[in-house]
Amino acid sequence: MTCCTMDVEGVLSLSSNVISSEEALLASQPLGSGLRQSDFSVPGVHCGACISTIEKALIKLPYVKSARVNLTAKRVSCVWYEEMNGSPVSPAGILSEIAACGYQAHLFTADLSDDDRIRSQLLLAVGVSGFAAANIMLLSVSIWSGAEAATRDMFHWISAMIAAPTLIYAGRFFYQSAWNALKHGRTNMDVPISLAVTLSYSMSLWETIHHGEHAWFDASVSLLFFLLIGRTLDHVMRDKARAAITGLARLAPRGALLINPDGSRRYVPLDEINVGDLIAVPAGERIPVDATVVVGQSEVDLSIVTGESIPLAVSTGSELKSGAMNLTGSLTIKAAAAARNSLLAEIIGLMEAAEGGRARYRRIADRAASYYSPAVHLLALMSFLGWGLIGGDWKQAMLVAVAVLIITCPCALGLAVPVVQVVAAGTLFRRGIMVKDGSAMERLAEIDMIAFDKTGTLTMGRPRLASLTQAGPRELAIAAGLAAHSRHPLSQALLRDAPSRALAFDGVEEIPGAGLQAKSGKEIYRLGNATFACPGNPLGQHLSDAFSEVVLSKGGIELARFYFEDTLRPDADLAIKSLAGQGFATIVMSGDRECVVEATAKTLEVDHWLAGLTPRGKMEECQRLGKLGHRVLMVGDGINDAPALSVAHVSMAPATAADVGRQAADLVFMHDSLGAVPEAISVSRQAARFIRQNFALAIGYNIIAVPIAIAGYATPLVAAVAMSTSSLIVVANALRLNDKAKVPGRRHPICNSKLSTVEVVSP
Amino acid sequence: MNMLIYLIPIALFMGGLGLFGFLWSLKNGQYDDLEGASWRILDDEDERPRP
Repeated sequence: MTCCTMDVEGVLSLSSNVISSEEALLASQPLGSGLRQSDFSVPGVHCGACISTIEKALIKLPYVKSARVNLTAKRVSCVWYEEMNGSPVSPAGILSEIAACGYQAHLFTADLSDDDRIRSQLLLAVGVSGFAAANIMLLSVSIWSGAEAATRDMFHWISAMIAAPTLIYAGRFFYQSAWNALKHGRTNMDVPISLAVTLSYSMSLWETIHHGEHAWFDASVSLLFFLLIGRTLDHVMRDKARAAITGLARLAPRGALLINPDGSRRYVPLDEINVGDLIAVPAGERIPVDATVVVGQSEVDLSIVTGESIPLAVSTGSELKSGAMNLTGSLTIKAAAAARNSLLAEIIGLMEAAEGGRARYRRIADRAASYYSPAVHLLALMSFLGWGLIGGDWKQAMLVAVAVLIITCPCALGLAVPVVQVVAAGTLFRRGIMVKDGSAMERLAEIDMIAFDKTGTLTMGRPRLASLTQAGPRELAIAAGLAAHSRHPLSQALLRDAPSRALAFDGVEEIPGAGLQAKSGKEIYRLGNATFACPGNPLGQHLSDAFSEVVLSKGGIELARFYFEDTLRPDADLAIKSLAGQGFATIVMSGDRECVVEATAKTLEVDHWLAGLTPRGKMEECQRLGKLGHRVLMVGDGINDAPALSVAHVSMAPATAADVGRQAADLVFMHDSLGAVPEAISVSRQAARFIRQNFALAIGYNIIAVPIAIAGYATPLVAAVAMSTSSLIVVANALRLNDKAKVPGRRHPICNSKLSTVEVVSP
Repeated sequence: MNMLIYLIPIALFMGGLGLFGFLWSLKNGQYDDLEGASWRILDDEDERPRP
């Protein structure tokens, strides 16, 4: 067949079907005593029924010891026996069992990342500081209700002993971060936090030693407790999205089938492939490293690598890029580069070089801190000097200064941003949009221009029958009958869209790089590209280069012609209209050919388009727009979009995107609909408004509380009450966002794709 | 005043017990899959280990 674009879902299911037991074995971990553990990501699980269906099905397998579904991370981990009755077990059976339940499963290498460790450390710190805060608060209440002299001193000492280890253990996150910032000559929110916590503790200790009336142990510990809650929420939000993103299918192959010099075959991990090695690539597998074809003929789908929507015919001597999908015939290829020097590695290099732009972005909380903390420190210093110089009592002056520091401590400010972001990210998550971190929403609220990739983003990368010539019901039936024997995307599209019943053929042969051929009686039917279907005949007229064409012939005489075009993503025109209505400039950046890009851009009424861009070209275009002062949202899916995704101000990718693309993007949307883009923008803008409100509330509270502290009326009781109230107000305000952004009905993040069924009748 | 000598350690011990319980459940992976746990509660069938 001449051309096609690959259905990405098809690619995913195709790749999961062909996972060999060697590959599954490679991805499993030995547990010792004859047991191994495999982890699979199953993005389709969404409820209790899914859990029990999968777990029950797996536990029925004789070699499976235990299976557990993690609904939060959408993963299944399965422990199985290496050997059963003396013969080794193939873990690929687990995958096919999950597939038999109706879920797509993908191999997933479980690595206990730093994030998991940091999350549990944060939770521990929250627990410890909560315990300390509760106990110290109880002792403080006794003091406030009138404990005298010796009792008060003892309570103070106990508080001090509880607070000291807590501050060291739970406060270390803040000290480290503050120290880091100061070392690089910056200041962030953690600097005033650390200062206030340590100063208030040492001041309280000093007071306790001198039998003072007031101590601030409760304030400093509960401050830490509130701030740690904010920090943990912030972390958990990022963690959740990231787990779901990495949990989806990987498109880079894990290993390859190496052909030894003696002809035997061995499955080896990707890293062990050297230049010059011969590798076998069956149809339906991805090319592991950059290579040249030695034996065989096939077509490769480059849509996810370069954005080119039409597959390329390859034969002996052709060069291949890693990540491309081998479609029709099996190939023997010779590695031209090791895995670390292949296209994929090069693109990751480009992305790393591009990261600088992202790292320079300063989060709203840090920007606020850069104004807020000098002001607070100046205020505390001034009240210290003021009380000392005018009153002459330096001890009293120190107490007032500490009270000012505690009262103004950015407890509410520390919560203001993460709470809103967690609520907003939760709202988006329910609508199938995952946010990688809070700063992505901040950046999304600032954009003024949107750049779209074409293949896989504006379009589904899924061909649709656009028009046909001379085809009656009989021709359609013949074509469908032939197409039913192929997994080629155009065949699948023909089956799906042809309004007819399929004729049954037997002995259908697929010729790699050309098409399908079948005999019925004496006649030879062919379905494929024009030169294959009608050999020797002059080529008919092409409708347009934007269409892919397939010819059906009988005995070399043309019967019908089918034209295919890529389907637009659902709601693409609505989404672009609504974005244009809100005043955003739109642009299409594609690696595909000019005519295809132009046709798509004109259909969608996009203002500008650029075609035939390389990954570097897309990245440079994004940089150029950025230099012109635009804040660009890049929406893309392919490996070739990844550098542009990481250089743009903020980026989005559909869940069907290549692994690298999803990693580079800040937001990932799970539904097919492109309506996710305006939706994410509007929620982000709402969140930005709520963050501003929270800042206003926190500052408003300071305007009331600071004069009380400066005047010297801030007893520990007042400080504790004021601090808690300000935090609660900020949290309550953030929760209002939930009401604002109510979802009409609950939608599942992933809907299983509909399976097309074919009815077969005899001719 | 005297009873404080007993009561304060008791209070701290009980608080510490709660903290220990939290730490234990965290280490035990009880917070790994909060969404799944809320569904599993509705599952009537017993989870018995394989013989």
